[in-house]
Amino acid sequence: MLSDNRYHRQMLFEPIGEAGQRSIQESHVLIIGVGALGSSSSEMLVRAGVGKITLMDRDYVEESNLQRQQLFSEEDVKNQTPKVIAAKNRLQAINSHTIIEAKVIDVGVEELDSIAEEVDVIIDATDNFDTRLIINDICQKYRKPWVYGACVASYGVTFTVLPDETPCLQCLMDHIPNDGATCDTVGIISPAVQMVVAHQVTEVIKLLTDNQDALSGKLIAFDLWKNQQMELKVATLKDENCPSCSQAKYPNLEYQAQVKTAVLCGRNTVQIRAGTQKNFHFIQFKEHLKDLNLTNFFSNPYLVSFEIDPFRIVVFKDGRTLIHGTKNPQEAKKLYYRFVG
Amino acid sequence: MKIRVNGEGVQLKQPIQTVEELLHHLNLEKKSLIIEHNHIILKKDQHRESQVSDGDQFEIVHFVGGG
Ligand SMILES: [Zn+2]
Repeated sequence: MLSDNRYHRQMLFEPIGEAGQRSIQESHVLIIGVGALGSSSSEMLVRAGVGKITLMDRDYVEESNLQRQQLFSEEDVKNQTPKVIAAKNRLQAINSHTIIEAKVIDVGVEELDSIAEEVDVIIDATDNFDTRLIINDICQKYRKPWVYGACVASYGVTFTVLPDETPCLQCLMDHIPNDGATCDTVGIISPAVQMVVAHQVTEVIKLLTDNQDALSGKLIAFDLWKNQQMELKVATLKDENCPSCSQAKYPNLEYQAQVKTAVLCGRNTVQIRAGTQKNFHFIQFKEHLKDLNLTNFFSNPYLVSFEIDPFRIVVFKDGRTLIHGTKNPQEAKKLYYRFVG
Repeated sequence: MKIRVNGEGVQLKQPIQTVEELLHHLNLEKKSLIIEHNHIILKKDQHRESQVSDGDQFEIVHFVGGG
């Protein structure tokens, strides 16, 4: 009974129809980042009936997320639930038919390389340009469309990148902006998130239902507070010498398998991930820590956290570690080697 | 000198010659952005040469990273 009615209104929408609905249900969408953008787009797509959704995110739920990250609850904050796990629980309650694959990982080249081929489209819901440029090049390599989306304050911007057709992000951006404007410094209002996602998900549905002609083809931006809307036809900016989309060099996929540190913008936190081949024994590690009588020791099946004044250390199952309370990678590494090895 | 930026009138108190100067004046030089000048999309290397005149229209979109 449910299955007859569930997608009726969406199928009534003429460009989708019965055939479009079937395509949606047979599709696989990868959403990278499950913060504000990823929470919203995954909910829309799960409700739309997408067959399979893979979610990737490196973080766990914190109180300051609740203002805009619609899939999470106070319970998730209390349990320090990884975002993809909390998201999956909620999404699965909304639609039990969608297959949801939840991966608690820091998305890098390898993670994308192993999945890109099997997905139909990738939604960018990350919070940094490093990951976006990896997505950009992976999508060129595997000839997959992806939808850039980002927002800060009351401003948002989005663009759909189609291999062999549109410019790519590398063509459009001459440098990675470092003006310090992030959600942690100038804030963000929830409607700006929803507006970006409205564009992103509409583009994805067009792609999944074979409505390529309806794609916007424009770089779209808006400022909801200033009542501004911009749409630029950027097709002429496709760069014949672009190493990503014209020369197949994929500079953003070059990678060294070594310990990597990243300062998380605006969060006074350093992330450390070990080289790729290192095996981490989470259970043993947890047991070992328990004996140390650490301050505010906490654990769930996905992570452990504890405090070494003035730092808070969070270690995920795969060994990836967040050191809160510092912006100094050297200082963070010292703590990492002391506890994680 | 008066121009329009993203649909809004902007009064320029000092004379501005080029798009590059305009970006500096608007405090946008650190941003990664795309500019449409009188309905024509500019390439980055055109910012320095493109002349700004009274009544010109600009659409400026900058990239942000938040999500
Ligand atoms: Zn390109």
